[in-house]
Amino acid sequence: MLEEVSVIDQGDMIINIGPQHPSTHGVLQLVVTLNGETIKKVEPHLGYIHRSIEKMCESLSYRQFIYVTSRMDYLSSHINNHGCALCVEKGLQIELPERAKVIRVLMDELTRIASHELWWGAMAMDLGAFTPFFLAFRERETITDIMEDTCGARLTMNYIVPGGVMADLHPDFQRKVKAFIKLFREKADQYNELVTGNIIFQSRMKNVGILSKEDAISYGCTGPTARGSGVNCDIRKLYPYEIYDKLKFDEILETGCDSFSRYLVRVKEMYQSISIIEQLIDNIPEGDFQAKTKAVLKLPKGEFYTRVETARGELGVYIVSEGGTTPYRIKFRSPGFSNLSALNHMAKGGKIGDLVAMMGTLDLVIPDIDR
Amino acid sequence: MWSLGNITQSVDAWLNEAFSPAIALLIEFVIVGTMAISLFAILGLVLVMMERKVSAYMQIRLGPNRVGPKGMFQTFADTIKLLLKEGLTPTGSDKFLFNLAPVIAIISAMLLLAPIAFAKDFQMWDLNIGVLYVSAISSVAVISILMAGWSSNNKYSLLGAMRSGAQIVSYELSAGLSILAIVVLVGSLKMSDIVASQETGWWLFKGHIPALIAFVTFIIAATAETNRAPFDLAEAESELTAGFHTEYSGMRFALFFLAEYVNIFIVCAIGATLFLGGWMPFHIGQLEAFNHVMDFIPSSLWFFGKTFFLIFVIMWFRWTFPRLRIDQLLNLEWKYLLPISMFNLLLATAIAIMGWHF
Repeated sequence: MLEEVSVIDQGDMIINIGPQHPSTHGVLQLVVTLNGETIKKVEPHLGYIHRSIEKMCESLSYRQFIYVTSRMDYLSSHINNHGCALCVEKGLQIELPERAKVIRVLMDELTRIASHELWWGAMAMDLGAFTPFFLAFRERETITDIMEDTCGARLTMNYIVPGGVMADLHPDFQRKVKAFIKLFREKADQYNELVTGNIIFQSRMKNVGILSKEDAISYGCTGPTARGSGVNCDIRKLYPYEIYDKLKFDEILETGCDSFSRYLVRVKEMYQSISIIEQLIDNIPEGDFQAKTKAVLKLPKGEFYTRVETARGELGVYIVSEGGTTPYRIKFRSPGFSNLSALNHMAKGGKIGDLVAMMGTLDLVIPDIDR
Repeated sequence: MWSLGNITQSVDAWLNEAFSPAIALLIEFVIVGTMAISLFAILGLVLVMMERKVSAYMQIRLGPNRVGPKGMFQTFADTIKLLLKEGLTPTGSDKFLFNLAPVIAIISAMLLLAPIAFAKDFQMWDLNIGVLYVSAISSVAVISILMAGWSSNNKYSLLGAMRSGAQIVSYELSAGLSILAIVVLVGSLKMSDIVASQETGWWLFKGHIPALIAFVTFIIAATAETNRAPFDLAEAESELTAGFHTEYSGMRFALFFLAEYVNIFIVCAIGATLFLGGWMPFHIGQLEAFNHVMDFIPSSLWFFGKTFFLIFVIMWFRWTFPRLRIDQLLNLEWKYLLPISMFNLLLATAIAIMGWHF
């Protein structure tokens, strides 16, 4: 922001929201300048959960560093791992067996639904409705159960290895996923009835937190945040990886540019993910779940960059290799950081209640921003 | 028939016989005071438990189920915990006002119990301006909230208190006007008269459309006046952490908490008295046999049944609706509810004059 002029007048109030605050969803500090209830300026302060993950990755081997990235965006940890594995595979030019690709995509989409479910519950809770949070967790729990069966963990799955996935699918996997799809289709109407269609909810979300298409692009927003402003930015469509080019799904675009369209994008994305899973669940090819790789991976000298679409937007993984067993430098381009940068622009002139609604629709995961 | 009136009268007669009138009156005051305080405590315990159970069942949870049978003693345990906790007074706060605020909150809630008719002939103070008294005292509660917010020396508290002030002062209007619609139909401000006028049917059914509109307005305004979701902007935990009582801890917090629940009980009791006949059983016009059967259910059961039904409705709101924003909240009152209830009052007056109600 170049317009960094002092906006503080006599009678303005500066209030610290966070680092411990119920609606910042983590240790984010917002220094908000208020005039009465109206917001004049929002200044996000970061660094409370900085763990120097990028630096840590430099001392870990190419097999090991993937697991650290689960702790970045913990709600879509599987997709983080996926992005890193893709980058390593690109460097080593490993060809994946079909089965591994399908398993990865299935898990990606399940993770995306789980992440959006949690976001949906937290979003409603930010606006003061508690019950949706519990409803969302009911469905999310079935996904974490599925994850637990196959991956052995519920949140930080660490299921992906360079060259495929760590273990084969659990025998119950298909049955449980089908049961989940059935459950989701039943319960999702309840969501729309309780929250989406609620008149209070709509009046809180519509025409709030306007982020125009141009602004969304210039702030570098990605994912549902940008798609709510009508920006085509789904990496799965633009730069398809794994088998996404063979799948039928829509990139959800809303042109309302407000909080409500960002909300709608995420809700509709859940249905798209369900349809992707439905396409794949009966067609998992037989074969190996892992390609044959060397015990010690060494990337050739050079620079490698891949990107994946996480639940929050575009995650870029950039590896500089000197030819050794560990990366020389790693940089992650996390979606949350760019999305958060648009908050000041969106929040200006709104009320404190709006700020909470906007932050909810940005779907911030602070460890992803701080790394 | 067995009646509470007989008991109170015989106790009064016996006391006057045994003691001089001044002492008898004093003893009666003590008895009534003790009963009011114990009712207060019981209400707090029951309503907190009810809220937790209602929310639990709406949220597919079990709710408290460890302390005592079905978790019934959970609120006792919580009360003991709150009593034993340190009551912090933050430095930089206005200590006198900070300590006074919860006391005013609880006193204003307690005073409101006076004119409520809990059962047939069972009322602490049947004053002739009962309804006016209720709306007057309930406005005192806002002072305690403003006091708490201002004296805490905390910006969240201040914002919460200012919101609450704007909200309660505005919604007082439509609450008052919707009460007036019934007062016009009854022709008296006295609680016992209002209940007696519903012997042939409750005002909700007798009073045509104005009574229905007044009932809906009253429920909305009552929810707003007690700072309950979807109008809980004064607390708004996702925006202002805990609003006006952010800095309060221990028993002082408990007093605010208790006052909130007793206030819910009182507004629901007033609503039940005005629109659903108070302790009056469900009567239909001149159907003697039916009315007689209904009379066999004790009047206190009728009163508490109706009140708790309304309390359940208000809890239902809380656990299903998102919160409004401050400007939307004030718009709702000044642009919609206030004009509607003013017009409704005119309509009620017309109906009362023409005698069009049943």
